[in-house]
Amino acid sequence: MPMKIGTEEFNSRVEKGINDGFMREAVRSAQGRLYERRLNAAEELGNWEEWRNHGEEIRRHTLENLDYYLEQLSDNVAERGGHVFFAETAEEANTYIQNVVKKKNGRKVIKSKSMVTEEISMNQALERIGCEVIESDLGEYILQIDDHDPPSHIVVPALHKNKSQIRDVFREKLGYLNTEKPEELTLFAREKLRKEFLSADIGITGCNFAVAESGSISLVTNEGNARLATTLPKTQITVMGMERIVPTWEDLDVMVSLLSRSAVGQKLTTYVTGLTGTRDDGDGDGPEDFHLVIVDNGRSKILGTEFQEALHCIRCAACINVCPVYRHVGGHGYGSIYPGPIGAVLSPLLGGYENYKELPFASTLCAACTEACPVKIPLHELLNKHRRRIVEEEGMSPAMERMAMKGFQYGAGSPVLYKIGTKLAPLLTTPFVTEGMITNGPGPIRPWTETRNLPEPNKERFRDWFRKREREAKTDG
Amino acid sequence: MGEKKIHNKESFLKNISLQLGRSKPVQVERPVWKHQPQWEVHKGASKQELVEILKKQCMLNHTDFYETDSDHLTELIEDTIGKYEGKSAAVWEDPRFDEYGITEYFNEKCSDGTFSYHRWDPKLGEQNIVLTEKADVGITFSDMTLAESGTVVLMSGNGKGRSISLLPVTYIAIIPKSTIVPRMSQATREIHQKIEKGEKVVSCVNFISGPSNSADIEMNLVVGVHGPIKATYIVVADK
Repeated sequence: MPMKIGTEEFNSRVEKGINDGFMREAVRSAQGRLYERRLNAAEELGNWEEWRNHGEEIRRHTLENLDYYLEQLSDNVAERGGHVFFAETAEEANTYIQNVVKKKNGRKVIKSKSMVTEEISMNQALERIGCEVIESDLGEYILQIDDHDPPSHIVVPALHKNKSQIRDVFREKLGYLNTEKPEELTLFAREKLRKEFLSADIGITGCNFAVAESGSISLVTNEGNARLATTLPKTQITVMGMERIVPTWEDLDVMVSLLSRSAVGQKLTTYVTGLTGTRDDGDGDGPEDFHLVIVDNGRSKILGTEFQEALHCIRCAACINVCPVYRHVGGHGYGSIYPGPIGAVLSPLLGGYENYKELPFASTLCAACTEACPVKIPLHELLNKHRRRIVEEEGMSPAMERMAMKGFQYGAGSPVLYKIGTKLAPLLTTPFVTEGMITNGPGPIRPWTETRNLPEPNKERFRDWFRKREREAKTDG
Repeated sequence: MGEKKIHNKESFLKNISLQLGRSKPVQVERPVWKHQPQWEVHKGASKQELVEILKKQCMLNHTDFYETDSDHLTELIEDTIGKYEGKSAAVWEDPRFDEYGITEYFNEKCSDGTFSYHRWDPKLGEQNIVLTEKADVGITFSDMTLAESGTVVLMSGNGKGRSISLLPVTYIAIIPKSTIVPRMSQATREIHQKIEKGEKVVSCVNFISGPSNSADIEMNLVVGVHGPIKATYIVVADK
């Protein structure tokens, strides 16, 4: 699956999301749970800000010296018997991976979850050479079985599906006979996938962080599928975005701790695995052949620009879990495998403004994302920088946003959705206002206002309205 | 691919240097970090306090926890295997199994033919995986143990197969009390210091915090996915 998902226009994707009642409820409850878990995990440390500061300084130093650390990494991988391929483009990465698979006569690849392989459409590249590719992360497996439904969240990919939908998919595609209980569904998947693990020729993984000083890669999971993919097959291929690296094991500790707490509210995920090269003599399991593919695919263009901090991202999804826009439109609304605030920053950088110019506007600039980010990426500021670029340099934004942006530049107001979409309020919004509510909002908020009314700007701040609405929803429920 | 192990490095890195607006540094010193909050966690805690922290965290991780002395260790293993209705076990080739009398216990347990166990043997190659996959219980020692997160750290190599803690449906970790440290920082510092001294890091370092689990279906926690479904951690006084 490429980075871009679907061919639908932004507004119709948003409309679809907003009208999907189950999806919105699932997102709402997942956000709530993940938000609470992350908050507890952060608070119990007592000095979370210190941790964030430390995470930020490690990421900053690493990215500023990325060429140095990547060289150290590749030398150390080779030293330990592994191969390294530096791929500037998705095509180069896929061609190399295809060649490795062909050389091994690989018929079956078992994969653990990896966003970068989605980004470069690796599965399709392998299927084109007649190789079967099986996703082993439970969420990814469900999506794959369901005719390659795209992921809607970077940590919980099948978040938009409920258990009876999953049962139906298993029934229809795999002959599943049991109930919709998550325990039974999971056990069924375990048994199916264990057979695949034992018969796969090649394991392919992503990489949470590579460690330069030893040529190691680390994998952070709860299910154990990444461990199976790197223990049983004879050949292991690991694909990493070039920025996913730390200098030393000491820094790995800090990043993994921040990732576990921010992504799922755990002190550590159940499995954190540090792998170095091929199996050692006397191991008895692990790969005999190891290939590390380091992918640029547009990342280097971000280095040295005002967006460099976007490369500090550790893919924890904390920003997604606090985002009010994601809450309402869901992951598919973004049309990218990278949704939410980080997706709205990253997708235009990797996929171009021509594909993703709407995303930076699909934000309230409420800064909850920036506050949640464990490595202190100023996400809302980066979104604003995109907007300025789109309007000033690209001249691409729709007329309404252009006018609104002008207004925003004058205004010092609080960061709110309709103040950005319609910062010329009340002048600009007046045509949409009925009795103090926006009932037919412009641009990206139109489908949204079809199912709910936004308060008129200047009378109630967005966060206040949002909180009130949440409270009302709770008392209703 | 031939002998060449690294491909396209020069042009790839040159592009990065260019983007960063300078040439590639010859040497980079890791800065003295301004913030180091990790060393504050459970700072100054006594060994027994760390055991208590570990115990509490194991419960949160859905891991059964016991503390015992070396005289009662095999009894506890017997009980746990019984609880798991285990008819077979797979263990590391690790001298600690002999030191703590576990090898002797297993040899006795196997004598009447109702129980079997496989001791990892690198010479057997793939056969190890086949036998381990069939075992009901996997048992390893812990090389380092992290109190904060309820984690055992397993270093591969020398007969310590990765599969033992992964393939069987249940898992028992034996934790010599001396291996307990406050958190991950102490373990990774040790690995870092070894690398600085020019030592090799083992091919696989596993940090394991209880049984495998997933919340991918409607965010409901299901314990037991691809790895073990149940896990017991046993702290034992050092011999």
